[in-house]
Amino acid sequence: MTKRIAKHFLRILLSLLVGGLLAATLVRFAPGFEVDERELDTRLNQQSIVAIRSERVAEPGLAQFYLHYLSRLLHGDLGVSRSSNRPAADLIRERLTVTVREIGIGLVAAWFLALLMAVPAAMRRDTPFDLLFALVTGGLVSIPAGVLAVLFFLFSWPASLAIALVLVPKVFAYARNLLARGYAMPHVLTARSKGLGETRVFFWHVVPTTAPQLLALAGVSVSIAIGAAVPIEALCDQPGIGQLAWHAALARDLVLLVNLTLIVTLVTVVANSASDLLGAAMQRGNA
Amino acid sequence: MTTARKIALSLLLVICGASVAANLLAPVPYAEQFRDLPGSPPSTKHWLGTDNLGRDRFSRVLYGSRVSLLLAPTAALISTLLAACIGGAAGFLGGRIQRLAMWTTDLFLSLPWLFLLLAVRALLPLNISPQLSAVVTFSLLGVLGWAASARIICANSSSLRNSDFVLQARASGLKTPRVLAVHVLPNLAPVLLAQFWISIPAFILAEANLGMLGLGVAEPLPSWGSLLRELQSYSALSFHLWQLVPLLLLISVVTCLQILLSNKELTA
Amino acid sequence: MKKCVRHFAYLLCTLLVSWNASAQFGGELRFCIRADPKTFNPLLVDEEPSDTVRYLTGGVLARVNRSTQQLEPELATSWKVSDNGRKITFNLRSGVYFSDGTPFSADDVAFTMRQLMDPSLHSPTGDAFRSSNKNVTTQLISRERVAIAFPEPVAGLDRLFDQVAIMSAKSPKKEMAVLGPFYLADYKPGSYVLLHRNPNYWKRDADGKRLPYLDAVRLDIQQNRDLEVLRFTRGEIHLINSLDADYFDRLSDASTASARDAGASLDSEQMWFNQVSNAPIPAYKKAWFTSTNFRRAISQAVNREDLARIVFHGHAHPAVGPVSPANAFWFNSKLKPQPYDSQAALQSLAADGFQFRNGVLKDREGNSVEFSVITNSGNKYREAMAVMMQQDLAKIGIRLNVVTLDFPSLIERISHSFNYEACLLGLVNNELDPNAQMNVWLSSASNHQWNPEQKVPATAWEAEIDKLMHAQASTSNAKKRKHDFDRLQEIVYEQTPFLYLINRDTLIGISNAVHNAEPSVLRPQTYWNIDEMWLQGRPQVASSH
Repeated sequence: MTKRIAKHFLRILLSLLVGGLLAATLVRFAPGFEVDERELDTRLNQQSIVAIRSERVAEPGLAQFYLHYLSRLLHGDLGVSRSSNRPAADLIRERLTVTVREIGIGLVAAWFLALLMAVPAAMRRDTPFDLLFALVTGGLVSIPAGVLAVLFFLFSWPASLAIALVLVPKVFAYARNLLARGYAMPHVLTARSKGLGETRVFFWHVVPTTAPQLLALAGVSVSIAIGAAVPIEALCDQPGIGQLAWHAALARDLVLLVNLTLIVTLVTVVANSASDLLGAAMQRGNA
Repeated sequence: MTTARKIALSLLLVICGASVAANLLAPVPYAEQFRDLPGSPPSTKHWLGTDNLGRDRFSRVLYGSRVSLLLAPTAALISTLLAACIGGAAGFLGGRIQRLAMWTTDLFLSLPWLFLLLAVRALLPLNISPQLSAVVTFSLLGVLGWAASARIICANSSSLRNSDFVLQARASGLKTPRVLAVHVLPNLAPVLLAQFWISIPAFILAEANLGMLGLGVAEPLPSWGSLLRELQSYSALSFHLWQLVPLLLLISVVTCLQILLSNKELTA
Repeated sequence: MKKCVRHFAYLLCTLLVSWNASAQFGGELRFCIRADPKTFNPLLVDEEPSDTVRYLTGGVLARVNRSTQQLEPELATSWKVSDNGRKITFNLRSGVYFSDGTPFSADDVAFTMRQLMDPSLHSPTGDAFRSSNKNVTTQLISRERVAIAFPEPVAGLDRLFDQVAIMSAKSPKKEMAVLGPFYLADYKPGSYVLLHRNPNYWKRDADGKRLPYLDAVRLDIQQNRDLEVLRFTRGEIHLINSLDADYFDRLSDASTASARDAGASLDSEQMWFNQVSNAPIPAYKKAWFTSTNFRRAISQAVNREDLARIVFHGHAHPAVGPVSPANAFWFNSKLKPQPYDSQAALQSLAADGFQFRNGVLKDREGNSVEFSVITNSGNKYREAMAVMMQQDLAKIGIRLNVVTLDFPSLIERISHSFNYEACLLGLVNNELDPNAQMNVWLSSASNHQWNPEQKVPATAWEAEIDKLMHAQASTSNAKKRKHDFDRLQEIVYEQTPFLYLINRDTLIGISNAVHNAEPSVLRPQTYWNIDEMWLQGRPQVASSH
């Protein structure tokens, strides 16, 4: 087990290194990296515009930037955000709690609501329940994030609920089908035909067989939640990491984007590694 | 076939049929601007009223259905197939291949693909037709949308690797590709169908947002995504029922697909 | 009729109430800025949020009255421009102190100018004064008298000081010690900026009471305009400085006092064609774009009235040229907006050998006329204008492809790679004086958008424009300058390097609780006289949370 954990730790480290480099590559070579909005400011004279352009062109190449960034990172220096003129560490620290809270609450609420619908839907397929939940989740998945943002603001609902509503249909769709398949397993059919209670059937026979997949879904739902946080925070004007990422992307803020990618990579890999470890443990238990 | 499934199938056929027959059903061209009637309510000439530029909403919904109903499911199919191949093979083969595939998947989930889309836009000529821009957009969405479900499929496939029927198939001398295709893939169907179903509305909505990067379905060609953008502002909150038709259509199609696809889980 | 009666009744009530009401002290005025301010150093301001903070906290020597458009004394009681615009001498107000108690004197003005004219600063405020690379000198005549001398004439010199917030030479608080009506009390990144009343503000009202009336101003950081309007309707904020046309109509229906149309703004929306000689576009397209007949034809084929009526709900006017009619002195009133005339457009094109057959326009080489126009994504009005122009041009057989790009990608194309064909953008004019457009009209300038940074003017008319801009910049004779700039406007009208489309109206939102607001088309539209504005009702205790 210790060896397994150590392997996962190394994997996480490698993911961070490669993820940061790939993100830096994508940003560095994206169109518009070497421009500055100030170039269109008609109040600036020619010398100022030339000076602004020279600053951009003088930025170090990709390899040099990344090595320099990593060496600073080892000293706890995350660099300075070009778009905000502030240390990236300060920006992230101010906003991290907002996003963590939103995503945390959103994930818990999403799983609760999704399972609340998926379990009865899987137990009683082709019933009005199934139909009703199909309609509800079909509606939720079809509503644009912008509409959600305006509605949520209108009714003063929290942004974490918007994230939950974005996640619910995705979690429901997979969970419902996985659980339905679990219910169709021969041993479950046998247990039910022998008169075992529904609760016992669910927790003792259905969940263990579908747990690895549900755990994988749990790990992936963290990534989906982070992805959902970006437009929700940008549209709802929530001062979180998602909004920061959106502004950084529009401004081609390389330092900030690499830092944010590292955070997202870390969270994604940790969440998926944890689900892998738990899933493997459960599979061994079932065997 | 249950009643619900019959209704779902009929509704889907009607919507698809109407989009295919858009040329015949649309009363006016979708791009024509009736500038005396911008934002007008339904009338005998404009059954769903007109949009803010005076374009007939009914015609735009019909032609938009054609674009979205053709391309979004195609993109969903691409992403589902990619997820099936990568996740399914990785989970079944296990070991280092599985670890490498899932590591790549995690990285894929973490990277800011926005910049790849920007690069694609930069490489494309500015004067591409709206149809081609639509195809490119949905293809990109399909190619980029596989990673989340690949993980779940891999977990599923991994659990099937040591199941009785698979062991039996291998013991009887079946080659790995055949085992994958005939025995494993059908058992991945629940997850694949969920992936397919959830991707369609996600891609329709994502296409509208890609307009910000110069991709998406170019004007004047309509799509459900661009029609739904009308609803994304405070000024739309005094919306009228006819403005909701694209949203209702999308919800109907998505729900119908879910009803039709949802009973396909197989016994082990 | 009912609406007129309602308007009249409201106006009558407002007049009665305001006649009886005297200004109340206290309260916290709230409105939104679009992003976090990038700097609190007034000399480095180059974006709107920072400019808002600068305006509210900075004390200036002279201020343009946004209502009368006249320059009025502030920290300077009087001034004199001499030596043909090369020198300005200020007489300063006595007994003035910074917000931290440090006394204000000529030393502070000299210090500010030295900082501002530092060649490494690269700020719009400083560049406005910079007519050459030679040094600017300041002379301290006395504690309350200072002279500033420039190496070359600076057009509209005195009015430029409206943007120069004086900094303290001695205060340990540096740029945080201010002379304006408010000072920075709190800043929560991503959330708000809180300003409190400056206890040492020099200005007093007619009763001798120290201004401002307001206790505080809270600037909420809100990028989403939908949410801003929602908060305004709920009474959570008091002002909206720039309202979209569809929101204006919605607010107007709700309450006539809340939304106001202050008239045509100074800004314009325009399109231009890429005329850069080494642009990576086909040679035959370059030939189209460099043809005056072609450009004029496109201009004639665009229905500006429809753009104003449909896209802006009537809150815009067809534009004529680089100067809006709102800029009464500098606008060339002889010029009229290009009327929509597709037949005239086809005639202009025929003069260049274009042929219109079977609904398709082709050039003399047989190439179908098709080009793309890029604009920045997220601006729904520009996207709508581009789609309307698509239909207008389709009527004369031209296929227009609309491409929306994110801003950095767009800048990259129009300023670096020149990989574009036409571009639709707007020009924001903060100044009335056309000298502020120097870097648009000089052929050697980077913002000479259609063909920037020319080593020598590519055409005779661009050479003439260069001459005119230099001539108007080198004299302080208003009549001569007006004559030169009128001629420039005529050239632009004839040659159409920019297709000026519309001038938007200045649409703003002002809560009924706000008194003494005098909306203006000049920025900042709603709060330019913030020191005299007051809030009706129980004063709220200013807080930071």
